Amino acid sequence: MPKKIIATASLAGCFGCHMSFLDIDERLLDLIELVEFDKSPFNDLKEFSRACDIGLIEGGCCNDENVHTLINFRQRCRVLVAVGECAIMGGLPSLRNVIPLQECLAEAYLHGPTVAGGATPNVIPHDPDLPKILDRVYPCHEIVKMDYFLPGCPPRADLIWDALVALVTGQELKWPYATFKFD
Amino acid sequence: MDKTIPAVIKKYNGDETRLMDILIDIQAELGYLSDATIARIAKTLNIPQVDVEQTVSFYHFFAREPRGRYTVYLNDSVVAQFHGRAAVVRAFEEAAGCAFGQVSPDGCIGLFDTACIGMSDQEPAALINDVVFTSLTPAWAREIVAGLRAGKTVAELQGDRLGDGQNAHPLVHAMVCNHIRRRGSMVFDDYQPGAALRRVVALSSSEVIAQVKAASVRGRGGAGFPTGMKWEFARKAPGDVKYIFCNADEGEPGTFKDRVILTELPQLVFEGMAIAGYAVGARQGILYIRNEYRYLRAYLEQVLSDMRANNLLGPLIVGQAGFNFEIKIQYGAGAYVCGEESALIESAEGKRGEPRDRPPFPVEKGYLQRPTVVNNVETLCSVVKVILNGPEWYNNLGTAESKGTKVLSVSGDCEWPGIYEVVWGFSVNDILKMVGARDVQAVQVGGPSGACIAPKEFNRILAYEDLATGGSLIIIGRQRDLLPEVVLNFARFFRDESCGSCVPCRALTGMAQIVLEKIIAGRGTPTDLDRLSAWSAIMKRNRCGLGQTALNPIVTTLKNFRGLYDQRIKAGDDRFEPAFDLAAAVRDYDRAVAGT
Amino acid sequence: MATFVKFTLDGKIYLSEDGAPLVEAARACGVFIPTLCNYTGIPPKGACRICTVLINGLPATACTTKVVEGLNVQTSTPELESFRQAIVEILFAEGNHLCPSCEKSGSCELQALAYRYRVTVPHFPYLFPRRDVEAWHPKLLKDHNRCIQCKRCIRGIRNPAGKALFAFGKRGDRVVINIDPVTSQNISDALAQQAMDICPVGAILRKGKGFDVPIGRRTYDRTPIGAELRS
Repeated sequence: MPKKIIATASLAGCFGCHMSFLDIDERLLDLIELVEFDKSPFNDLKEFSRACDIGLIEGGCCNDENVHTLINFRQRCRVLVAVGECAIMGGLPSLRNVIPLQECLAEAYLHGPTVAGGATPNVIPHDPDLPKILDRVYPCHEIVKMDYFLPGCPPRADLIWDALVALVTGQELKWPYATFKFD
Repeated sequence: MDKTIPAVIKKYNGDETRLMDILIDIQAELGYLSDATIARIAKTLNIPQVDVEQTVSFYHFFAREPRGRYTVYLNDSVVAQFHGRAAVVRAFEEAAGCAFGQVSPDGCIGLFDTACIGMSDQEPAALINDVVFTSLTPAWAREIVAGLRAGKTVAELQGDRLGDGQNAHPLVHAMVCNHIRRRGSMVFDDYQPGAALRRVVALSSSEVIAQVKAASVRGRGGAGFPTGMKWEFARKAPGDVKYIFCNADEGEPGTFKDRVILTELPQLVFEGMAIAGYAVGARQGILYIRNEYRYLRAYLEQVLSDMRANNLLGPLIVGQAGFNFEIKIQYGAGAYVCGEESALIESAEGKRGEPRDRPPFPVEKGYLQRPTVVNNVETLCSVVKVILNGPEWYNNLGTAESKGTKVLSVSGDCEWPGIYEVVWGFSVNDILKMVGARDVQAVQVGGPSGACIAPKEFNRILAYEDLATGGSLIIIGRQRDLLPEVVLNFARFFRDESCGSCVPCRALTGMAQIVLEKIIAGRGTPTDLDRLSAWSAIMKRNRCGLGQTALNPIVTTLKNFRGLYDQRIKAGDDRFEPAFDLAAAVRDYDRAVAGT
Repeated sequence: MATFVKFTLDGKIYLSEDGAPLVEAARACGVFIPTLCNYTGIPPKGACRICTVLINGLPATACTTKVVEGLNVQTSTPELESFRQAIVEILFAEGNHLCPSCEKSGSCELQALAYRYRVTVPHFPYLFPRRDVEAWHPKLLKDHNRCIQCKRCIRGIRNPAGKALFAFGKRGDRVVINIDPVTSQNISDALAQQAMDICPVGAILRKGKGFDVPIGRRTYDRTPIGAELRS
């Protein structure tokens, strides 16, 4: 059986889900027998080199770069999985969804207590090289179709392992209670 | 303010179940209900502030902030939109110098949307400080604002515009028109006040109920529950104190028959209540009437006192020892859900209009936990005629399962909107011919909570066994864009009017509106249509009729006008969500950094 | 003494006290009917609808139904279960439920029901409503983002004078639960704790308290809600 090709990305996330992935520990050696990684922070490949079987997305979309990455993943991956609360529902970054963007930016860059006063006036960062901030944080499925969702903050390593095995082998995921958590 | 609050509360004996009256009276004096006012009311009644707040904030007409010396409540219903509301809105806003939802900078004019005010045959219409203005035009709107600014009273602005019939009665003095286009034999027919009451006292209470049952009178509010059975339950329920309510809260957009009946034949309604009291063993009747009809209050009070003077109310009715029946009037304060009988009872007890769980039914434990009958205005009229003319006469009218007549409120795209009293069994086509409707795209039968039907169903008949209806027909012409102009308006209406208690109704009315807007914007997917259908099944598990029917505008148009939805659905690559618009999503950011 | 009646749960005949609330009677018979707005000892409201069962084939909420002789109840059908899951999903989409940062996570009834139904993502649009966090009260914190408007606090919490501390404000999807500034004055720590405990989610918190049970030992970390009962 040819190895399945996996790609991963962290959008507006904290890389905690990727860390939890690594927490499958020695099972990484079993995994490597089953899959090959394409674009992913694990191997530092920045570009897709081929069509992939499985895309794992951590984080929601908080800026336009996230959106482009997510759309790119959707185009290149047969199956796309939202991994963790941020990808599923925005997660902690979405705390700002109830505050207008202008207010958030002003607090962060102009008037907030942690903004240092200096010789030059404070500005909201804007440079063609910087991604543009979206009006709110979007869960991934509000932008592209997501095939599966793995809850948790982060999803437990055992859940990630079970899910990967299920995806690679085509078996049904049993969703054991011990690893089905939102925190 | 110092004296108003204690004085009003004293007038109602410090009774917290009279909170609606207390709030209405205090607001009439003070203009709005400030934090301080609410705290004072709570303290005087010795109840928590939050308990006052929960009632105040439930009702649309209670103001927590000033709404202007003159408050314009402009009807926001579909029919008002059909008849040029948008231009009237612009005229009001330009003249007042503020948008709807705001008060003009000088504090003179407040502009507010309101749900249907029961004037669908003379739209656009507005309430300005309890005075009804009908058939508004942009020019007139500007004139009104200018006049108010110049110090004229609302009455002066109404001038000598007076409607027909009792609308011209000095105590009504309204420009409202009845538009009674067709009189039937049950409601709008000869009526001798007191004749039925004199007939009733020759019968025992159970004989009265037997007559009503023999005539198979069914509730005219829409649900069609057998009236005699309701009375019998209440009569047999244990307890000395029982109540008769007349439900005149008609809030279903497009319905205005109760307004016309109460204008022309209030005695008929009150007599029906007294008969119900006789049959059930109740001494107190309460007319629960929507706030929008407060312009009738002096007139209705006069009718009641005339009836007392003529021994048709009060002690010793028609001279019969032990036949005592009083009627008081309870006003609502703007909440559609209060048309639901248990919500109406809650409201009359001074609370939020949240429907109760059943059982117990109101006939067992209703107003103040006493056995209570709630009947529709028209139902009570038909009872009077059954007593006068006998069950056989009544049963000769109508169809197999629907006896008697039905008063229809007809509005929308037709030549002669107004009131039509017909025997049950008329087809929609018959009615369309009668009202001068041509090029009809759809008919909304029974208001938003009813059904939107297409021409292929116009041969259906109005009857409990076919198209059951509380009596409103909104005619929708070919020229209307059904989804944005009608369905979306109704969806918003239900979202606004949900009481918020049951989870499905509270959340799905809003979510359905969002999905509908998405479809209308051309960003809907086939999944969205499936969702809307699936949600209607969830809504059926809500507690009350409002919640169960709140998605009907969408569900019935999905069924009968599927093509209108399909043509707006994006067929494309289903891997991408068409509702997401990156350009729109970065607009706030672009604005925030512009010029920096 | 109470009188006893026989009634049927999912085809089996059981004995119950006459007039007992159906959810309680079923529990006593070892049958789990999920609830959210219901709380033992306070008047039922039938607001969340999640306990909807079929009584003689017709839907009714089990919290507001009283057991009578011959009552025939179906507690679980595929349609009922998918309805219950929908209620949980709606509540997650309707508010701002950020489980990872919530003090009640692990002991939250809404979350526990989501676990029970293995809700990975709501099939309803997230509303991200703009709601407040109220922190003015010396002992209580009210996070409206998490409130599911079950009214348990409204119905269940009274000050020593018997006055309510909480009440609904507004209507429809704008409803909000208000704390009374007067009746909630000088409440005891015990009452504040009671208010926190009666809340099925993390909307009412005691100030200065939270995250005091380690992950793994919270109410529903290992034991699913209703696990002690057959379902």
